[in-house]
Amino acid sequence: MSKDVLVIGGGIAGIQASLDLAEMGIHVYLVESLPSIGGKMAQLDKTFPTNDCAI
Amino acid sequence: MDGAEGNFQVTIRKTPRYIDEAKCTACGDCAAVCPVSLASEYDQGLIDRKATFKKYAQAIPGAFAIQKTDKAPCRLACPAGLNVQGYVQMVKQGKYEAALNIIMEDLPLPGVLGRICPHGCEDACRRSEVDEPVAIRDLKRLAADQFDPRDVKIECLPRRDEKVAVIGSGPAGLSAAYHLARKGILSTIFEALPEPGGMLRVGIPAHRLPREVLEREIELIRNLGVEIKTHTPLGPDMSIDDLLNGSYRAVYLALGAHRGIELGIPGEKAQGVRQGVDFLREVNLRGTAEVGRRVAIIGGGNVAIDVSRCAVRLGAQEVMILYRRTRAEMPAWEEEIQAAEAEGVAITYLCAPQEVLTADGRTTGLRCIRMELGEPDSSGRRRPVPIPGSEYDIEIDQLIPAIGQTPDLSALEDVPDLGFSKWGTAEVDPVTYETGRKGVFAGGDLQTGPWVAIGAIAAGREAAESIARYLDGRDMAEGRAPLANENPSYRPIPTDMAARSRARMPELPFAARKGNFKEVELGYDEAGGTEEAGRCLNCGYCCECYQCVAACKAGAVTLETHAQRPETLSFNVGSVILAPGFQAFDPGRFDTYPYAAAPNVVTSMEFERILSATGPYQGHLQRPSDGREPRKIAWLQCVGSRDINRCDHAYCSSVCCMYAIKEAVIAKEHSAHELEAAIFFMDMRTYGKDFEKYYERARDEQGVRFIRSRIHSISEDPGTQDLILQYADEGGRIHIETFDLVVLAVGLETPRQLVDMAQRLGVELDADNFVETGAFSPVETSRKGVYVCGAFQEPKDIPYSVMEASAAACDAKAVLSSARGTLVRERTYPAERDVSSEEPRIGVFVCNCGTNIGGIVDVPAVAAYARTLPGVSYVEENLFTCSQDTQDKMKEAIQREGLNRVVVAACTPRTHEALFQETLKDAGLNKYLFEMSNIRNQCSWVHSRERDEATEKSKDLVRMAVARAQLIQPLPQPTVPVDSRALVIGGGVAGMTAALGLADQGFHVFLVEQANELGGNALGLSRTWRGDDIAEKVKEMTNRVEAHPDIEIFKESVVTGASGFVGNFETVISQNGSDVSVRHGAVIVATGAEESTPSEYLYGKDKRVLTHHDLDAAMKAGDPRMAGAKIAVFIQCVGSREPERPYCSKVCCTHTVTSALELKALNPEMDVVVLYRDIRTYGQREGLYREARRQGVVFIRYSLDQKPVVEREGDAISVTVRDPILGREILIQPDLVILASAIMPRDNTALAQMFKLSLNEDGFFMEAHAKLRPVEFATDGIFMAGMAHYPKPIEESIAQAKAAASRASVVLSKEELTVEGAVSHVNEYYCLGCGLCVEACPFAAISLVDAAGGGKVSRVQEALCKGCGACSVACPTGAASIFHYDDGEVLTMVEAALD
Repeated sequence: MSKDVLVIGGGIAGIQASLDLAEMGIHVYLVESLPSIGGKMAQLDKTFPTNDCAI
Repeated sequence: MDGAEGNFQVTIRKTPRYIDEAKCTACGDCAAVCPVSLASEYDQGLIDRKATFKKYAQAIPGAFAIQKTDKAPCRLACPAGLNVQGYVQMVKQGKYEAALNIIMEDLPLPGVLGRICPHGCEDACRRSEVDEPVAIRDLKRLAADQFDPRDVKIECLPRRDEKVAVIGSGPAGLSAAYHLARKGILSTIFEALPEPGGMLRVGIPAHRLPREVLEREIELIRNLGVEIKTHTPLGPDMSIDDLLNGSYRAVYLALGAHRGIELGIPGEKAQGVRQGVDFLREVNLRGTAEVGRRVAIIGGGNVAIDVSRCAVRLGAQEVMILYRRTRAEMPAWEEEIQAAEAEGVAITYLCAPQEVLTADGRTTGLRCIRMELGEPDSSGRRRPVPIPGSEYDIEIDQLIPAIGQTPDLSALEDVPDLGFSKWGTAEVDPVTYETGRKGVFAGGDLQTGPWVAIGAIAAGREAAESIARYLDGRDMAEGRAPLANENPSYRPIPTDMAARSRARMPELPFAARKGNFKEVELGYDEAGGTEEAGRCLNCGYCCECYQCVAACKAGAVTLETHAQRPETLSFNVGSVILAPGFQAFDPGRFDTYPYAAAPNVVTSMEFERILSATGPYQGHLQRPSDGREPRKIAWLQCVGSRDINRCDHAYCSSVCCMYAIKEAVIAKEHSAHELEAAIFFMDMRTYGKDFEKYYERARDEQGVRFIRSRIHSISEDPGTQDLILQYADEGGRIHIETFDLVVLAVGLETPRQLVDMAQRLGVELDADNFVETGAFSPVETSRKGVYVCGAFQEPKDIPYSVMEASAAACDAKAVLSSARGTLVRERTYPAERDVSSEEPRIGVFVCNCGTNIGGIVDVPAVAAYARTLPGVSYVEENLFTCSQDTQDKMKEAIQREGLNRVVVAACTPRTHEALFQETLKDAGLNKYLFEMSNIRNQCSWVHSRERDEATEKSKDLVRMAVARAQLIQPLPQPTVPVDSRALVIGGGVAGMTAALGLADQGFHVFLVEQANELGGNALGLSRTWRGDDIAEKVKEMTNRVEAHPDIEIFKESVVTGASGFVGNFETVISQNGSDVSVRHGAVIVATGAEESTPSEYLYGKDKRVLTHHDLDAAMKAGDPRMAGAKIAVFIQCVGSREPERPYCSKVCCTHTVTSALELKALNPEMDVVVLYRDIRTYGQREGLYREARRQGVVFIRYSLDQKPVVEREGDAISVTVRDPILGREILIQPDLVILASAIMPRDNTALAQMFKLSLNEDGFFMEAHAKLRPVEFATDGIFMAGMAHYPKPIEESIAQAKAAASRASVVLSKEELTVEGAVSHVNEYYCLGCGLCVEACPFAAISLVDAAGGGKVSRVQEALCKGCGACSVACPTGAASIFHYDDGEVLTMVEAALD
C-alpha cells in the first residue's frame, strides 16, 4: 500500500490537484512533459468573464 | 502502470533538461548566445525562441532547458562525425573562430576539407526535402577563410615523454599526429616525398586546393610540436624495427595509395603513356609536366577529371576523357565534371581502350571499342559490355590512365606480423586500427584503398586514441563500438518552410583559368555564408556548439549536463490523477479556412498571444502579415467542433463562444482606434455564471456584432492580404464582407499521444476520445484508483477543471486517508535571536544576477555607496544572491557580523523574498527583519540604455530600503487551533456528496437539511442526460449518508446563527424550534436552488402546460397524456435570459432535448417541436441535440422581441411563433406545452449575513475567484457546492461538492493555523467605531465589538487578515494600520527617496 499520489499533467487542473493533496500532507509526484508547469492557461491573455489576467 | 488501487507501480521516462535545475538562475545568458532559433510553442509559432529556453518568463520551474534530439543526419553521415550542425550555426552568426573550434575538435584541416571533401553530409541533409541541401563544405571553408586556423587555441594535455612515429604525411598521418599531440603525445612524421601532405599535395591540383591553404594547416599541426621529416621513406634505411627499437613507442602506418593501376592493354609501355597519379604528382610538385597536343584520359573518377583540367591548363589543345560507362555511373563529382566540360574537356561515354597505337615507340593513337551496359555488377552499377565489331581509332599523342590507385607495399611486404588483404591493403582491427604487430597501427588509404580524405582523418583520430590507450596499457577497444540508431528522430520540417535556393559559389571566369593553377572556387563572402547557413533546419534542435557552456556563469550548463541521458523512473503510488489536458484543433487540415496559406487567418490561441502583453507583439494588436493594426476582425465559431463532415468532432467544445467574446472585447479595448469585431456563430452558448451578462454587454455596450450564419468561404485578397468572407445569414441570403484579420475559434481535442497513454494505463475512452466517467462519479475512470480531471474528461472551462481537480484530489486521498500528514517533515529553525535592544546592524547584499544587473548597473559602485549609509555594517556583492552557496554565506555573515537586519538589492520579492526569509530564519533572525529592493526589474531592465542613471536609481532604491530597514521590527506569528469538524448546509446531492467526502476521510460532519428527507431537487428528476436513473443513485447516496458514523444529520433544520472564523466556528442549528450549538472548523454551503414557477404561456391556467419538473413527474407516474400526445411543444428560456432574470439556467436545453427524445421513444409518431433562442447543449450533450434532430424533433428559433404566443382557442391550445428561416408565422396546436422554466436561487440573504458571504446580482453565492477558487468564499474556511453557486447538472454539482470537501479538508487536517505577522491592527484609543474599516475589509476580518468604556471599536481577527491595508486607507483617524508597513516605515522611504 503506497501513500503517494501521481498526478499526470501540470496544467491548471494538475496543479490544483497536486496542491490540494500536498496541503493535506500527501506526497505527490507531478509529471509534466514540458520543462515547466502552467499548461494552456499560462498562454491565455485574460480569462472570462472577469477579464482577469490568466498568467 | 502495473498494480492496483493503493499500490500502483508507475514507470516514467524523464527527458533530460540538459541544464542543472538547482544551479540555473534563469538569467538567460545561455539563450542569448544560443544560435538555434525554433518556433516558440508558447507564442504559437508567431515568433521564435532558442533551443535553450524557458517556456515563458514566469515559468515554474524557472530553470532553462535545452531541447535536443538525436544527432543530426549530417553529423551521422560524416565519416569523422564532425558536428556539422554546430559549426554551420556558428558560421551563420559570423562566429568563425567558434566554428573552427567545433570543426577542429575532430579535423585539423578545415580549409583543406572545406575545399576537397566530397561532402557525404550534404547527401544526408534534410534540407533537400524542402529544396537543396545546405552547402556544408563551403561553409566550413568560409570559417577557415575568415579566421586563420593557426590562431585557433588548441587545448593539449600536458606533454608526455613517449614518442610515436607516423609514416606518411597525408590526411591520416596528419590527423593521427594532431590528435596525439592534443593528448600530450608528440610524434614525428616521416614523409617519403619532398613535401608533406600526401595525396592532398600530390594528388589534388592547386586550382582546387591552393598550396598555401594546405601549408597553413600543416603548420598549425607543426605548431603543436609535431615534427615532419620529408625525403624520409620507410625502407632499407629506416625500418619499423629501427623505429620501435629507437626512440618511438608506437608506429602509425599511413602510407596512402599512390600507385596507379595499369590498363593491361598492348602498347601501354610506349612513350607518351603515363599514370594519372604520376602525372598529377609531377604537376603538383614541380608546377608543370609534359603534356601532349591531343591527350586521352581513361577513367571516370576525380583523378581523371583532375588530370584533364591540369592538361587543359598546361596547354594541351585537345583533352578527352574516355569512360566505359555513362555519365550516370561516373564516380567523379558532378560539379567537377561540369567544370571540366566548361573548360573544354570532351568526355566520351561507353568507350574503352583496346590498344595503344604506336609509331617508333611513341604513342600516336588509341584503338577504342564501344560499350553497352549489361547486367549490374557487384557495385550495383550496370556492367559495361563491349559491342563486337565497334572498334575505332582515335589520334592522340598522350594517354593518361586514371582508373584507380593501390597502396605501394614494397616497404612493408617483409615486415613480420603485418597482414594484407587480397586488394593489397593493410589489415587492422576495425575498431582499434591495430595491425597484427604489437604497437603498429595503420589507417587511411593504405588500409581502405583509395577513399575520401575525411575517412583518413577519422582513421587517424581513432588510431591516436588507440595509441594513447596502448601507451597507458589500457584496453584499446572498450566503449568504442559504434552506436547504431536505426530510427533517429529529428525536428519535423516546419510545414510553412519556404524554398530558398542554395547559395552559388563564385568562380574564376573561364578565360582566367588557362595557363595557371589559380583557385577556381572563390569562396562565399560573409553575407552569402550567413544566408546559406541560415538554411540549416537544425535537425537535432540543440546543435551542441556549447556556446551556452561558455556563457553560463552559474555553472548550470556544462559538457556533463549536455551529455545527460533520458532516465527511467519508477514510483509506487496509491492513486493516480490524470490531468493531461487537450490540444487545440489544428485548422491547417481544412481547405475551407485558408489557415495554412493566409497569414492573417489565425487561431484563437494565436490571437490570445497577439493580445497578451507578454506575447509576440508585446500586446500591440497587429496583423501577422504586415504589422498593420486591424480595423475589422471576424471570429468564426465552431472550428473543429459540432462538425461531423469535416473533422469528426461532433461535440461542442464548450468554451469557444465565451473566449471569442472575451477576445473581441479585449481587442476592442486594446485598439487605439475604432475596431469592428464580428462573431459568426450558430448558437451562442454563454451558459455559465455571469456569461450571459458578458455577452449582452459585448453586444449592447461594446458594439461587438453577432451574426448567426454559416460561412461559405474565406478567400485572401492577394494584394492586401485581407480576407473576404462569404456567408449565408439565417434567411439564406448571401453576403460578402472583407476583414483585416480572421480568428478561428478552434475547439478542444484529445491528442493522439493521450489516446495511446490511456491505452497504456488501461483507462477507457469514449467515442470522442474523452475519458469515460459517470454522472455520479464524475472524476472516476474505468480503472479503480485512477481519477481524471480537466479537458481530458470532456471539453470544459477553467473553473470546472479546477473543481474537478479538487474533486479528484478528494477521491484520490480518500483511499489514502490514513496517510495524511505522515510524510510531512517539519523544518526546524534555531531559536530566534532577541534583537530588541540592539542598534540596527544592517547587512546589504547586492546582486549581479549574472550579467542581468551587473551588465548595466555598476554593482561595485552601488555596494560602495551602501557602505556609506547609516546603520549599514556589512556589504557584499554576489554573482547570484539567490544561489544556494550565497544563502550559506549570508547565514554565516549574519552570525559572524551580528547583523540584525538584511537588505537584498536584486530582483523581485514576489519570487525571491520567501527564499531570503528562510535564510534569515536559518540564521536565527525573525523573517520580518528583511527588506528587498528590485534593482533588476526597476533599474537594469527598464533603463538598459541609460547605464549611469540605472546605477544612480539603484543607489536611490538601496538608500530607501536601508532607511526602512532601520525601523522594521520582528513580528510574532501566532497559531490558532483548528476544530476538525465540519458543517454542511443543505442535504441535496451536493451537500450529501460533500458530507461523504469529508466523513470518508474521518472528519465529523454536521449535515443540516431543511426538508424532512435528504435528496433535494434530485428527488424530482428522472434521468441524467447520459441516462443514469437518478432516483436509484440518490437512494444509494442517502443510505450511505444516513448510515455513516461520522455524519450527524439535522433534518427539518435551519441555521439561525453563526460566529467565529476559520478553524473555530460556532453555529446555531434550529431543529423544530429547539436550538443546538455546534463547533466546527469549516463550512460547506450547499443550499441548492429551485425551479421557478412560470407566469406566462398559460402556466397554471391550463393543465396541458407543464414545467420540466411537472413533465418528469408525469412521465414517472405513467400519465397517459404523455404517450397519447400527438404534438408536444417545448418553449425554452421561460424566465431565463430575460431582463428581470438575465442569466442562462444552463440545464434546460439539455433537459428539453432529453425529454423530447423520451417522448419520441414513448410515441415515435408524436411531433415534437422545440422553440428556442440558442440551443445550449454544450460539450458532449451536443450528441443528444444531433440525435433529436435525426429523430425528427423540429427546432424553431425565436427571438426575445418576438416570443411565441400561447393561447387557448376553445379547447385547443394554439402556439404561434415566427420562423426566421421561412420568415413567416407558424401556428401549432399541441397537446402538451412544456416550459423550460428558469432555475432561481433560494433566498440566501440570512445565511449570507450570518457568515458574511457575498451574493451576486442574481442572488447566487459569489466565489472567491471565478476561475481559480470556484468553491471557496472570500472568507476563509467557508466553501460552496451545487446550485447555490449557479444552476448546474448533477455531475457538476457532485464534482463541485467533492472539490469543496477537498478544500475544506485542507483546513480541517491542520492541527493549527499560523497567523501572518504583517496583519492589520486597530489602536482602540483612536478608533471611533465608525465601521468604515469593516465595510472596506474584503475578507470579513474586522468587526465592531463593544468597547470597554461603552460604544463600539473595531477589532481585527488576525487569522482572517491578509494584510491588504484596505482598512488602514479607510480609517479616518489613523487607528487602523498594518504591522510591517506602518506610516513611519513607509514615510521614511519616501523621505529617503527625496534626499
